[in-house]
Amino acid sequence: MRFLLVEDNEQLARATTDRLQLDGHAVDHAPDLTSARESIGLADYDLILLDIMLPDGDGRTFLTEQRQARKRTPVIVLTARSEVSDRVGLLDLGADDYITKPFDFSELQARCRAVLRRQGGNAANQKTFGDAVFDSTAGTLTTAAGTTTLRNRELRLLEVFFGAPGQIFSKTHLMDRLFSFSDDVSENAIEVYVGRLRKKLTSSGVQIETVRGLGYRMVDRT
Amino acid sequence: MRFAGLSKTMMRLMLVLGIMTHTAAFGFEIEDQKLYAATNETSVLRIISTTDIDAFEPIILAYQSENPGISVDYTIASSTELMSAIYVEGAVFDLAISSAMDLQTKLANDGFARSYVSAPTAALPDWAKWRDQVFAFTQEPAVLVISERFFGDDDVPRNRQELIELLRNRPEQLRGRVGTYDVRVSGAAYLFATQDSRNSESYWRLTEVMGSLDARLYCCSSDMIRDVASGELAFAYNVLGSYAESQKHATSGFRIIEMDDFLSVMLRTAVIPTSAENITAAEAMVDFLATLNARPALNNLSGLPPIDEVALRSNNALRPIRLGPELLVFLDRLKRDAFLRSWTDAIQQ
Amino acid sequence: MTGRFGRGSIRLRLVGQLAAVAAVLSVAFFLIVRGVAGQAAEDTQDNILAASATAIADALYTDNNAVSLELPYSAISMLGTISQDRVFYRVVADGTTLTGYDDLPSPDAQTLGPAPNFTTFPYRGESVRVATVLRSVSVGNQPVNVTVTVAQTQLGLAEISSRITATATAIAVGFFLAAMALILLAARSALAPIGRLTRSVSRRGPQDLRPVVTDTPTELVPLVEELNKFISRLGTSLSRSEDLITEAAHRVRTPLAAVRAQAEITHHRLNKPEHRQAIREMIRAIDESSRSAGQLLDHAMVTFRADSHERDALDLTDLLNDTCNRLGPTADLKDIDLIRDLPEHPCEMVGDRILLQSALRNILDNAIKYSPADSRIIVRATDGDAYRLSVSDEGRGFGGAAHTELTTRFSRGSNVSDIVGSGLGLTIADEVALTHGGRLEISENTNGVGACVSLVFPKQ
Repeated sequence: MRFLLVEDNEQLARATTDRLQLDGHAVDHAPDLTSARESIGLADYDLILLDIMLPDGDGRTFLTEQRQARKRTPVIVLTARSEVSDRVGLLDLGADDYITKPFDFSELQARCRAVLRRQGGNAANQKTFGDAVFDSTAGTLTTAAGTTTLRNRELRLLEVFFGAPGQIFSKTHLMDRLFSFSDDVSENAIEVYVGRLRKKLTSSGVQIETVRGLGYRMVDRT
Repeated sequence: MRFAGLSKTMMRLMLVLGIMTHTAAFGFEIEDQKLYAATNETSVLRIISTTDIDAFEPIILAYQSENPGISVDYTIASSTELMSAIYVEGAVFDLAISSAMDLQTKLANDGFARSYVSAPTAALPDWAKWRDQVFAFTQEPAVLVISERFFGDDDVPRNRQELIELLRNRPEQLRGRVGTYDVRVSGAAYLFATQDSRNSESYWRLTEVMGSLDARLYCCSSDMIRDVASGELAFAYNVLGSYAESQKHATSGFRIIEMDDFLSVMLRTAVIPTSAENITAAEAMVDFLATLNARPALNNLSGLPPIDEVALRSNNALRPIRLGPELLVFLDRLKRDAFLRSWTDAIQQ
Repeated sequence: MTGRFGRGSIRLRLVGQLAAVAAVLSVAFFLIVRGVAGQAAEDTQDNILAASATAIADALYTDNNAVSLELPYSAISMLGTISQDRVFYRVVADGTTLTGYDDLPSPDAQTLGPAPNFTTFPYRGESVRVATVLRSVSVGNQPVNVTVTVAQTQLGLAEISSRITATATAIAVGFFLAAMALILLAARSALAPIGRLTRSVSRRGPQDLRPVVTDTPTELVPLVEELNKFISRLGTSLSRSEDLITEAAHRVRTPLAAVRAQAEITHHRLNKPEHRQAIREMIRAIDESSRSAGQLLDHAMVTFRADSHERDALDLTDLLNDTCNRLGPTADLKDIDLIRDLPEHPCEMVGDRILLQSALRNILDNAIKYSPADSRIIVRATDGDAYRLSVSDEGRGFGGAAHTELTTRFSRGSNVSDIVGSGLGLTIADEVALTHGGRLEISENTNGVGACVSLVFPKQ
């Protein structure tokens, strides 16, 4: 997935970029409207994350331009405004969703996924490992036994494993990806979700192994 | 102008004719006086009137029966003496009743009458009252009285023109047998004469013709009727109709002719003088008199015809004498002198 | 809104002043009518008196070297025709009374001109109007001055005068009443544009800062222009302060977001549990303050809009769907199933869309926040006597807290101190419900698991 992040705050932009890259997305950063316009001229993006208040203008102007040019690239607005009163306006202008600063990356991710899913399937998001095909946009896992729909946390967990098959992920790392900071869960909670995934993968050669003392990894045992 | 001047001639004549029956302590002469005492007397109503006791007594008695406790002191005087009593002497009377409309009007005009308004007086026709001070209660035309013996079955004159023709056609038979009032003596006669003179030129011609036939002059209706009934007179002109009517049952030999050109109608009036003391009783009497037309039985007794607008309208010849300041005209000293001079010239040739 | 009774009323002033004018005109009218008609009546009497005196003078003649008179009947009768007034006359020749009332004062012949002389004085207990005519009669070639005086009381005149007064009064009162009726009508129609203007302004919603374009009479144009200028200034100032708040929010929230993002990255890289715990607490603090700020703004907005909330026709089913769509991803994060049990048909009511959205979002947000992972939240709308929108979860409930406690600002259930939240959510929902004539109901689920929060709106 290729994202365009239009955000003038350097630190936030950098942190957001880092985090999105961690999820395996390619991110271009535009600090203002001018460079944002340049960027969309140069490349096709799957999703645009758009800040409202930019040094050379209002993000909504850019949004309006996009929609008037009949460009359907989904846009999620990053707003610092009070939610309710602005929401109607933003959605009317053609925004697909919005998120209020400061935001939880998990939520941003979830919203991105929801927007992309609404946009329709994209073959590029299908990842195959062994005999298992994982579609992160549709939220499905296809094995010899058939296609099953994944619950959110299962999906996110699979995203981590499919991002780097064979790599060992610590429980802490997985927890960071799976739970938000407001959730108080013990490290054992991760075992529940790993257990669920294993059940969905039973008829497949793909397995999630426990590497004692280190964590988990996804391997192909066919 | 003083009343004394006006009445000088008349008073002198009255003295000469010896009409006065009393010479009372008053400065004016009265003819008669009668007290109708009530059984439980609470007040006395003092009336001075020109109307005969015979005619007025039924009214007094009926009034007393409706207003018990009121004694009525009824004094009769001639119209000029009545005027003198109230106008000059300031005598105390509660009600002044007179057939001399002009003198009654003068009383009111010169401020000797009290105003009174009640439902009965308000119901009177406008021509039957003046200033709510002079109230008429009879309407009495002046009529021609003829002798049955003289006329027999002959045609009788129906108007003044026919009367003049009769006089001119039969002078020999009529000489000395024509009677009329001496207007110099009688107030009512003077009133009739002056009104006749206003109504028609024929009055003066008639007077002259009667004068040429040595007309006999009378002071009173009763004498004229007596002489007509006896045939001594062929006719008497301007006799008070009501009086002639009242004499019919007692005296025969005369007929009453209401002429059809015009009939002067005299109104008998009542005035409450400013000197009145028993005002309540006087006002009750005025109300009683104003409602006489609702008492036919009483009118038969008194022989006084009440105010009757319907009867008046049904006969075009009836000319009620208007109450009002114009009645003062013939009371004017110079005017009166001139009129009487003319009259005397006409009647005495 | 200003009070219904301000300082003074234009209508009262208008009506009062016009009424005063009408009253003055009525009184003037009354006085003029009475004066003119009264004068006419007096003139009529004077004319008749003069005619009478002249007629008498015309009847003077010389007889035997003396002035004599035959009083003309018509001279007196003409006085009797108009009224029942008393009449007096006196004819004086060369200083001696020829005829008439001796005591009737007669002006000295020397003072009289050719025209009739009129005076008024009391005589025999009443006021009389007197006309005197001077006539010279020659007696034996010697001219003799004769004065003819005719007097009449003024009873008839007084009667006419009182009749005229009554008529003039009736006309004046009628005029005044008619004028008052017209004045009231005129005041109403003249002030109608003010009413229209007031209505056109008061009908507006709180966000409507367009200029007033009601048809206004010329006199109100400056006011409307000033009003529009004021509205535009207000609009500018509002948008300026909105811009300021937005700017401030942006300035605060963006770095906060940056810090949070950095913290999250850092948290990711740290290995020591105590360090991770410290970062987690920092992130929580950031979340809590940001959420509190959001809810405070929401609450301020609810309070503001509740005073003059807009009335849109809206569909509650639609609103619930929107809210679920919006919060779906958040629920997803915890694998919470949002189950919608909504009627097929629209649930229409009139209300403030933004307030209702705010209420629903806060209720659902709370439910998600306090629900355990892998649980269900049922969003249900029922359409009975009233609309009931309920959100029931499988969370820990409210620990028996009373309704009033929960909907009081900044109070939270006693058992949720470990979850980020400002406690304003239910307060906002409660106020929105009251604003719409409805109520907020909170109940613990009967099986002891979870709570149900409902908004109940009576059908209008």
